[in-house]
Amino acid sequence: MDKVFLSYNNIVSAYGFDSLSAISQIENEVSSLKRTEDERILSDPFYTSRPTDTIVSEAFELLQPTKKYTRLEKLLAISLASTIRQSNIALTNRVGLIISTTKGNIDVLERANPFPEERAYLSELGTQIKSFFQFENDAVVLSNACVSGVLAVAVAKRFIDQGRYDHVFVAGGDLVTKFILSGFNAFQALSKEPCRPYCKTRSGINIGEVAASVLVTNDPNKLTKESVEVLGEASCNDANHISGPSRTGEGLHRSIQLAMAQTKLSASEIDYVSGHGTATQFNDEMEAIAFNRSGLQDTPMNSLKGYFGHTLGASGLLETIIGMHSLHRNTLFTNLGFQELGVSEPLNIIQRTTSEKLSTFLKTASGFGGCNTAALFKKVTANG
Amino acid sequence: MSDLKQELKEKIIEQLNLEDVSVAEIGDTDQLFGEGLGLDSIDALELIVMLDKDYGIKLADPKEGRKIFESVDTMATYIEANRA
Amino acid sequence: MANDYFIQAYSHIRNNQIWHNGESIFTADSADFSSFMKAAYKHFALDYGKFFKMDSLSKLAFMASNPLLNDEPEKNTALVMTNKAGSLDTDRKHQTTMNDYPSPAVFVYTLPNICLGEISIKHQLYSENAFFVFDSFNPSTLHDYANALLDSKKAEKVLCGWVDFEHQKHDAFLYIVSKSGTFEHSLETLNRLYQTP
Repeated sequence: MDKVFLSYNNIVSAYGFDSLSAISQIENEVSSLKRTEDERILSDPFYTSRPTDTIVSEAFELLQPTKKYTRLEKLLAISLASTIRQSNIALTNRVGLIISTTKGNIDVLERANPFPEERAYLSELGTQIKSFFQFENDAVVLSNACVSGVLAVAVAKRFIDQGRYDHVFVAGGDLVTKFILSGFNAFQALSKEPCRPYCKTRSGINIGEVAASVLVTNDPNKLTKESVEVLGEASCNDANHISGPSRTGEGLHRSIQLAMAQTKLSASEIDYVSGHGTATQFNDEMEAIAFNRSGLQDTPMNSLKGYFGHTLGASGLLETIIGMHSLHRNTLFTNLGFQELGVSEPLNIIQRTTSEKLSTFLKTASGFGGCNTAALFKKVTANG
Repeated sequence: MSDLKQELKEKIIEQLNLEDVSVAEIGDTDQLFGEGLGLDSIDALELIVMLDKDYGIKLADPKEGRKIFESVDTMATYIEANRA
Repeated sequence: MANDYFIQAYSHIRNNQIWHNGESIFTADSADFSSFMKAAYKHFALDYGKFFKMDSLSKLAFMASNPLLNDEPEKNTALVMTNKAGSLDTDRKHQTTMNDYPSPAVFVYTLPNICLGEISIKHQLYSENAFFVFDSFNPSTLHDYANALLDSKKAEKVLCGWVDFEHQKHDAFLYIVSKSGTFEHSLETLNRLYQTP
């Protein structure tokens, strides 16, 4: 089977409209989370990270749209336009499009929203993006809670292995809406402060908004300096509860084991773990148990939620892209917000931006429905 | 107080969709979580919403819920003492 | 190796009727979907109280998967489901209550993959899950994805299909792809089985 790589990539976030604008600020330990007062979304002030409407619209106009698009469509289009342009790949029938989202254009259900309700169908979001770029193939929309972003990368690899495509553009995005915040608030899961993944004083999540995209390809001539090979990936259910994380970390542990089993790597050969780390009590505790069961308690790890908040359907993809850059720069990024370990098992949380020779990393995510995904990546050099 | 308990039992069955349970089957001191009725974490969150919506009581700390929602008895006592 | 796989069994739920391998196993004259599901629950003596906490999409997926998984000993059976409406029916419910008292028990179902979690819990499957959304039944994507899971040995069997619920309208077609069975795992078979229970 051919090797499958992650290559050209883009992050549209409050930091800016390319991956490097986010990476350089993360390297400087600067969060994009801001205290926000917006009663249309939540009655109390909350911390979030979003690019402003004005900047999004300006950037989108440069793509010369011929009709009106929703905010999420604009974000995804800006991100994908950059990744497609960089890659210089013609969108033939050998090129796939996967969209990772949990709620898509859910804001069109709001009475004041000018778009028709049909736009709330996730397949319609796929159709809009497909036709904007004139992809030959229909979009595959993956909606699998908070693992969607990493799972989308795994799905792209599986389709390439199966011979369905040679290249797949994967794009992920979700909006910060009243729909989402009111729900997480009812779950008592929102933090009133910037979130503190794995920390003793953590008090819940922040929700953030980004769009991210990456090229998944079997073509070794289409690599970038931060490219990685997808070594192994797996996704296992907890079979325990639809919202409460497993007390034994079962599904996450199994996902990590199965992803590792596809590679020749042992736990000690993984240089860095990019965890999910939402900063809720139960999620972070579950991860600590699963990482210990997998022998990863000494591996440097972080959650990047302190920079962007939880970006839902984009998060796994966003954090995978940052992992690629982390490897390329041989730099471990700080787990922002962390002060003192607050889980029952040991973890090696990265507390300062550190230079370190890196060649492999593990990305994990877990979500509602009891789903978990783990993916292992290895650095490659361009044309090699 | 016994009216309130009866009302709570009806509400618990209706709002938590306990299709297989009747009011008569819930004892005043029966454990609602774990062994007893087998309610889970989402049910606990629903009960917090119910306190707010039907009795005007907002829990400052969701962890308080564990004691309040021990049984119909403890719920009724808490509501009597705190309702607006 | 597409031709190495077969459809082991399949089920449908449409118009208040449930079929297993093409044979009607339950039908009811119910006024709405919820009472139809309750009648089916009683008929099959399911004894699973959590069923009544589920949203309609989860009930539909749960009920359609039940005849296929009840006697299935293979626990490494992946779940891959698709639909058009996602979780929109429940999304609208959350949208109408979120301004006053948003319900956690409603919000948790505003993700289509929750139905996969419900099935995983009931049948104790620690297996691969994926939920895709398409405009209509998309046998080609399901076919390739199931083959990918089987070829790469990520699963021994795959429970696939279409589970769509919106405004009382329900349409489920589920099937198990396996290394043995009656029908070849092909687009022709999938199209044919989808159309006629």
